[in-house]
Amino acid sequence: MTSKVILNNEDIRRTLARMAHEIIENNKNLNNIILVGMRTRGVPIAQRLADNIKSYEGIVIPVGVLDFSLYRDDLASRNFYPVVRQTRIPASIDDSVVILVDDVLYTGRSARAAMDALIDLGRPAAIKLAVLVDRGHRELPLRADYVGKNIPSAHSEEIKVRLLEVDGIDQVLIEKTSPGAEVNTDAAV
Amino acid sequence: MRQFNTTPTHNIDAEINWSRRHLLDIDSFSRDEFNYVTNTALAMQEILTRPIKKVPALRGKTIVTLFYEPSTRTRGSFELAAKHLSADVVNLSPPASSITKGENLRDTLRTLEVMGADTIILRHHMAGAPHFAARHAKSCIINAGDGWHAHPTQTLLDIYTIQKYKKNVEGLKIVILGDSRHSRVARSNISGLTRMGAYITLCGPPTLLPFSIGRNDSVQSMLKVELDINKALDGADVVIALRIQKERQKAGLIPGIEEYISGYQLTGHRLKQAKPDAIVMHPGPVNEDIEISMEVVRCSQSVIDEQVANGIAIRMAILYLINRGNG
Repeated sequence: MTSKVILNNEDIRRTLARMAHEIIENNKNLNNIILVGMRTRGVPIAQRLADNIKSYEGIVIPVGVLDFSLYRDDLASRNFYPVVRQTRIPASIDDSVVILVDDVLYTGRSARAAMDALIDLGRPAAIKLAVLVDRGHRELPLRADYVGKNIPSAHSEEIKVRLLEVDGIDQVLIEKTSPGAEVNTDAAV
Repeated sequence: MRQFNTTPTHNIDAEINWSRRHLLDIDSFSRDEFNYVTNTALAMQEILTRPIKKVPALRGKTIVTLFYEPSTRTRGSFELAAKHLSADVVNLSPPASSITKGENLRDTLRTLEVMGADTIILRHHMAGAPHFAARHAKSCIINAGDGWHAHPTQTLLDIYTIQKYKKNVEGLKIVILGDSRHSRVARSNISGLTRMGAYITLCGPPTLLPFSIGRNDSVQSMLKVELDINKALDGADVVIALRIQKERQKAGLIPGIEEYISGYQLTGHRLKQAKPDAIVMHPGPVNEDIEISMEVVRCSQSVIDEQVANGIAIRMAILYLINRGNG
């Protein structure tokens, strides 16, 4: 297995600073925004974006936590159900602009499930999507409004986002996991 | 502004490898499994605070409640739990008189299976009926009470309720008051609560106390019997009053209701023996002013109504977890 660091802690810090500025730029009324982190790693990212916005503009944006596992489209076919945890949204989402935050955007199925979960909680004025990494390979017609970094990847590769709050380190890795790819690499060497 | 209950009450990160397809009793549950169920219930409880109390998790699953004994809260609670998770629910209550041991139950189960039941929630007057069902049916079986044997979801919701107030069940002094001999709630609670590390005191007239409970020593050391209610309640953290079943009186096990009331009714005066922050529980339905005074039922220490509400969250958790691996 080969693994390569794509973003280190400084890169992540700068990326989240830029994303926070983009959110400020694109939303005239920051008081109407709620950042909602998608479990697990979307949550600390949402919190860091809120911290950045607070330090740049002095406005405190509420941060919520969304568990969308009960809305997954593969519940019926999987023989292992995901662990369900609490959803906590600190304010009513009715008529607010909700920015969903996740670490990686891949097939888009998590984002779809998260939107369904969110709409069951109320009627937001708009839902937007912010992700640290967009790795492509969408299976649904959706895109992110705020992207930290585009990382074109193959299906056989794995993108791993590690965050201080969850994993004790800030970094984004790309890993080749397919055994076939490993053999090829060896052959090339 | 809608506010969700966000108080984390216990270890959120207890993760385990859950592989149970049936819930027959809780005698083989580990502490981690109990915490896993109550953590899942905590997530389910948030759904109950929403204006639209429905998530699509069990869409397309068929759940049957098969009750050979009357029930209001357990059955209603299971039905609501299943509906909140978007399952399709069928309620059956065959008259108990037409059922003879084993054979007919097996036919009923086979019929339900052919009809496509994924999960069967069974209440039966005979101990062991759910175990029998689990051996013969392909569906998931949940025991909603079998004879004097077990009532696992009641114990899970009692543990969940206690965790909300006391954080940790370990080391608590819990009094189970009343007819623990004929009570499946008592039997399951003794098994579950001692497993969670609580010390149990059984209190009641000698004729309503069990001959033997807990064959293994680890349970015995956590369990004692106290005939004097004031001594039993002294320093208690939790008091669980059990329903006095009227038929026990006919069987001559207690001299009379008045005798029972004077010796064992949980009154406000007697409750003062317990800790000031002790909570009072009752599996319901309450016989007003018999095993417990209405003053105590309505007092601020009583969490009886909350037990009913918590029951829905616990049953949602169990239905979700049991349906794993059944896809």
